[in-house]
Amino acid sequence: MTDAIVVENVRKRYGDKAALDGFDLAVGSGTVHGLLGPNGAGKTTAVRVLTTLLLPDEGRAEVAGYDVAREAGRVRRRIGLLGQHAALDEELGGRQNLEMFGRLYHLGARHARVRADELLERFGLADTGRKAVKQYSGGMRRRLDLAASLITEPEVLFLDEPTTGLDPRGRAEVWGAVRSLVGGGTTVLLTTQYLEEADQLADRISVVDRGRVIADGTADELKAKTGGDRIDVVLRDGGQLGAAVALLPLDKSEVSVDADRRRLSAPVTDRMAALAGAVRALEEAGIVAEDIALRRPTLDEVFLHLTGDGPAGSTGDEHRDHAVKEAV
Amino acid sequence: MSTTYEESRVATYETSRAGAWAYVLTDCWTMTRRELAHWARQPVQMIVGLVFPVMMLVMFGYLIGGGRGIEGNYIDFLVPGMLALTMAFGLEATMIAVTQDLNKGVIDRFRSMPMTNGAVLVGRSAADMLQSALGLAVMIGVAYALGWRVHGTFGSFLGAVGLLLLFRFAMLWIGIHLAMVAGKPEMVQAVQILVWPVSFLSNAFADPDEMPDWLGPVVEWNPMSHTATAVRDLLGSPGGEPGHIWPAIVWPLALLAVFFPLAVRRFGRLSR
Repeated sequence: MTDAIVVENVRKRYGDKAALDGFDLAVGSGTVHGLLGPNGAGKTTAVRVLTTLLLPDEGRAEVAGYDVAREAGRVRRRIGLLGQHAALDEELGGRQNLEMFGRLYHLGARHARVRADELLERFGLADTGRKAVKQYSGGMRRRLDLAASLITEPEVLFLDEPTTGLDPRGRAEVWGAVRSLVGGGTTVLLTTQYLEEADQLADRISVVDRGRVIADGTADELKAKTGGDRIDVVLRDGGQLGAAVALLPLDKSEVSVDADRRRLSAPVTDRMAALAGAVRALEEAGIVAEDIALRRPTLDEVFLHLTGDGPAGSTGDEHRDHAVKEAV
Repeated sequence: MSTTYEESRVATYETSRAGAWAYVLTDCWTMTRRELAHWARQPVQMIVGLVFPVMMLVMFGYLIGGGRGIEGNYIDFLVPGMLALTMAFGLEATMIAVTQDLNKGVIDRFRSMPMTNGAVLVGRSAADMLQSALGLAVMIGVAYALGWRVHGTFGSFLGAVGLLLLFRFAMLWIGIHLAMVAGKPEMVQAVQILVWPVSFLSNAFADPDEMPDWLGPVVEWNPMSHTATAVRDLLGSPGGEPGHIWPAIVWPLALLAVFFPLAVRRFGRLSR
């Protein structure tokens, strides 16, 4: 399998801040790749370099086999971009926008019109084609933006935080649209700070922090890196949490306790033995459990593990406090 | 996918040199049509742009104008000056429009597309030139109603209009360049404040001979004064002097030779 995107040791500085600091990436043709990281990690800078909007200071980046700096024109013919902010002419109507972009991709006038109609239909915007884009809802605007980036069915599609700022319904609309693209042979690079979004849409995920990729793999591989499965036990009486921790057959140093939710949580190695052991130990001690469950770690736990911060945000690194958001 | 997809994909791929030139023209035309579509969607803005200079003309002609040592009718003297002033103020309009455009997300899409680099700017300048030509027509119509008369041949009238539009074209590219230098809309105000004194330090309203000794030469040196004097000369208005037609051609061309390449170059390197 060839790589549709290759990035080697790219650096980009803004003043004395390094937005990209030795960024490496390889994305296989026809796959969906997620770039996951907090605000300011360098995800958008990476996308702007790859879409020829920004020249890297150092390093090499190729998209669809062409160098983004030296062969920008060739790259531009093969990519689509859904940026963080709607890249549409707000004064014009939806159809006017798509026709204009189609003409700028050098479709003939008739083709541009036909293609605009096709895309409006496909993204459920056929009825609103005349309305000015500034009157669109957030979800509609995003779908039109996505339609505009698909006018020539690009080889590589960049989606920069495609659902940021959308309500759950808008998010579901965009996710549905992205899923329907997969399988058409298009390579997708998706940036997101929503862990669930990467988990839902991406084949592989690169975790980005401070301008570089700090981990790479499938969602399952990344989760495995943090130490496999966990057991959650919720007690009826939160006062018994201490006693439960003492008697459960778990590694005491790894147990985390959430007193408000009357819950304790710990990594396990042998899933079934741990579950059976916990049930038995609690029953013998007469401690009532409301819920006992085995689960995979969440990507939040993965992210915090990889960036080296304690799960409760115990290190004083403030910019990361808001880094991990719940997706819905 | 349907056939349009395959055809469209082929269409955007490598093309011959002749094809590339055809695309330059198509791109510029597409971007011009974009600006015209904006007019159609927002006619009020466009109309205000046409009415404002007319208000200025009436205001200066009747409220402020006193004739100040001008031989003959002050309106006859004022109208060519106001026409030149309107062209100079176009710098501001262009600058605001470009700054607003550059701060919109759509510019990122244009720049990530395989289109001609400067087509966005060409579209802007075509639309602005069209608006300026319309503006001149409206002002000349109103001035005529106020009693202003053209003395001279139809050819010299066309020559005068040509000089005004050439001056506007130079102002336009200065405006585009300044918009990119200023970057943010807040910075535009600072530049706007400078446009006014430069425009008023001209012979649009008064004869430089009547001004203080130190001011007269400054005013006569102003490129806008050359355009205004040449237009007065061609239209047979008071204040016209021969010998200003060449400066009125050379000055805008010189400004264009500087600012056109600067603007195009800067647009190509935006945030790169």
